[in-house]
Amino acid sequence: MRRVTLFSALVLCCGLAWASTEGPKLLNANVDLGNRAGLQNGAKLFLNYCVSCHSASFMRYNRVAADLGIPEDEVKRSLMFTTDKIGDTMQVAMKGTDAEQWFGIQPPDLSVTARSRGSDWIYSYLLSFYTDPTRPTGVNNPYLPGAAMPHILWELGGTKKAVYHKVKGEDGHESEVLAHLEADKPGRLSEVEFQREMRDLVAFMVYLGEPAKLVRYALGVKVLLFLSVLWVAVYLMKREYWKDVH
Amino acid sequence: MTDNTVDTRRRRFLTGTATVIGGIGAGFVAVPFLSSFQPSARAKAIGAPVEVDISKLEPGQRIIQKWRGKPVWIVRRTPEMIEGLKGFEASALRDPGSDKSAQPAYAKNAWRSENPEYLVLVGVCTHLGCSPSFVPEMDAAGMGNPWKGGFFCPCHGSKFDLAGRVYLGVPAPTNLEVPPYQFLTETRLMIGVDKENAA
Amino acid sequence: MNAITRQLTGLRDWVDDRFPLMKLWNEHLAQYYAPKNFNFWYYFGVLSLVVFVIQILTGIWLVMNYKPDANEAFASVEYIMRDVDWGWLIRYMHSTGASAFFVVVYLHMFRAMLYGSYQKPRELLWILGMLLYLSLMAEAFMGYLLPWGQMSFWGAQVIISLFGAIPVVGEFLSTMIRGDFVVSDITLNRFFSLHVIALPFAIAGLVVLHIIALHEVGSNNPDGVEIKKHKGADGHPLDGIPFHPYYTVKDSVGIVVFLMLFSIVVFFAPEMGGYFLEANNFIPADPLKTPLHIAPVWYFTPFYSILRANTVNFFWLDAKLWGVIFMGLGVMVLFLLPWLDRSPVRSIRYRGKLYKLALGIFVVCFLILGYLGVLPPTPGRTLAAQICTVIYFLFFLLMPVITKLDRTLPVPDRVTH
Repeated sequence: MRRVTLFSALVLCCGLAWASTEGPKLLNANVDLGNRAGLQNGAKLFLNYCVSCHSASFMRYNRVAADLGIPEDEVKRSLMFTTDKIGDTMQVAMKGTDAEQWFGIQPPDLSVTARSRGSDWIYSYLLSFYTDPTRPTGVNNPYLPGAAMPHILWELGGTKKAVYHKVKGEDGHESEVLAHLEADKPGRLSEVEFQREMRDLVAFMVYLGEPAKLVRYALGVKVLLFLSVLWVAVYLMKREYWKDVH
Repeated sequence: MTDNTVDTRRRRFLTGTATVIGGIGAGFVAVPFLSSFQPSARAKAIGAPVEVDISKLEPGQRIIQKWRGKPVWIVRRTPEMIEGLKGFEASALRDPGSDKSAQPAYAKNAWRSENPEYLVLVGVCTHLGCSPSFVPEMDAAGMGNPWKGGFFCPCHGSKFDLAGRVYLGVPAPTNLEVPPYQFLTETRLMIGVDKENAA
Repeated sequence: MNAITRQLTGLRDWVDDRFPLMKLWNEHLAQYYAPKNFNFWYYFGVLSLVVFVIQILTGIWLVMNYKPDANEAFASVEYIMRDVDWGWLIRYMHSTGASAFFVVVYLHMFRAMLYGSYQKPRELLWILGMLLYLSLMAEAFMGYLLPWGQMSFWGAQVIISLFGAIPVVGEFLSTMIRGDFVVSDITLNRFFSLHVIALPFAIAGLVVLHIIALHEVGSNNPDGVEIKKHKGADGHPLDGIPFHPYYTVKDSVGIVVFLMLFSIVVFFAPEMGGYFLEANNFIPADPLKTPLHIAPVWYFTPFYSILRANTVNFFWLDAKLWGVIFMGLGVMVLFLLPWLDRSPVRSIRYRGKLYKLALGIFVVCFLILGYLGVLPPTPGRTLAAQICTVIYFLFFLLMPVITKLDRTLPVPDRVTH
């Protein structure tokens, strides 16, 4: 267990080296949309942990059921908490005004977050909450400093703490800068298991951002095959007519 | 230059083949454009079946439930009203057997409903689409003779009895439509889907 | 002839008695003699037309479900992507088509530069083309506001406020374009009208004029040789072939290849790494929060670089205004090409080394400017943009001299290849 923790801590160190301009280096999410079981697991995680505060107001439950092969009554039973109509969109239980009072900001809708932030960012973000007593939520995140989001997944993933090192600025002034994160208290899952769960969650969010992604690659192949056949036909036709031209 | 006849035949063949394959391609391209006309997921969600609570519906009363943007009437008929449905069909009604009208199989009977007590109808006149008024009183004034209760459309004067059957001599051509429905319990009705299939 | 052919011919004749169907068919297709040596560069005219048709068709279909209201626009695009059957495909075809339009049009314009297709008697053809280019830029700019994402909103905000830099009338102009004091729902609605109705009509009209102007003088060719100088006994140019069937057939091959490339993008990479569909545009517009990094879409970046390269206030105008002026000049100077080019020779094949070098450097500079435009500015990049801007304008300023002095090669009498 200690070896795994140490290893994961090392992995986190390397993963978290500061990049030049735009924040810390991203971890690789390695999303596989072909892994249906992973997507189903991701759906479960998303609907159990995220939808209490975040809406996904462009996605309908029956679409998730159809695309991921989950029977509709199972979706109704275990994944729908704010409505009983399977055709409804994923609205959030929390009122926007309450959210602003409690968190200072309304948690953003997550429907297309994977398209604006990218899967790697979301993955890195979910894996990098660390204890920070200066924050009202008690946590902070190097990928979104000052985030108002609490560490919802602490039960699964455990807590982490930050390791700082001193850096001398241009003006000679010394400041503390985040170097890397270290595992602190373990959660129900090991770091590797937690990473796998987060990968499933991120995969689901990628699907959430663009459900058509599940079908467009295969369709594209068929379209290109057809166009290749058409190309042969028009090319032979062209060559025949151009025999006239010298 | 080769012999002209061979040329033309080959050209016609190649042009024909290319045109046919191109035409098939055009057909493939048309599919998404035409399909996008179908009701979207949102339309289907909004048009989904609705549940109605009829526990508070008194005998002789009607409630109206919106389904797919249309008014659906649920009438709880009294024994008197059910009796009044009999006796004058052939002479006064245009389609007493509901042969030309729209209803699920379980509503093709004398009461045009699954059970005689509750009548479920789409409250849209089969003439030009106005929503008729509910005139349940026996021998109501101005409704003609005999009037055993029913519905009167103010737009062009069409009259329907308490099973939604259209009278002769009025503009409406068929009986009022019965939507698919089923009883979930004694007091809960689901409009839009019945035991056999969805609407 | 069988019965069907007879019927169709009968119908054709009925129409032809009442409408110049066959006259138009012959004049513009079956008897329009085009040079027989058209090469790769000559596909892009018909490809522009194909993309225009794609944009119109997909555009019509998108408008069936899009809502031009600031509160509903973003959601309506996601509605199209998810709830409307095949909506995602129609949307991707439209977004890819917008970028494809510029790829094709830039290559089409470059052909004119390679072969001197703007020279007399095709100056008006070039001007009509430039008007088409301006219309296309306006059309793309307005269309980009419609999804109402962060880039849509802030891109529009920045570009419209550029008009504010114009002295005296600037602020008034900006307000008039917006219809409001900031980019708002009002702006969205009017851009919707202009993008869906006004500009497509203008573009369609200009396309018709453009083709009529072309057919009036006849097409140029890669050798820059005038094919009408040598006609055969039948009165047709010796080096010409009727557009139909030869170029209808050849263009169909080009079109299929284009559709293959188009499909690869639509189905496998519609976002194109964030260049065709930008990541920030998946965040709904927020007037209170500017994204870190606003840049126009890739097809505007060369001119955007020129705008940003202006960092010095001089004379009595500030840098911002100089940026606007030079950006505008960068586009408008292209109108003058027919008169800046003094070469007695049309095609690059027969031009001298000086011009070939100049054109090569121009192309490289244009590409560098484009590349710099997508990146955030740094002192080094700004310097590079400034150098390239100078070179860009020098190309045009020196063209009368270079083309006059350059030692050209003898131009053949008949087309070669």
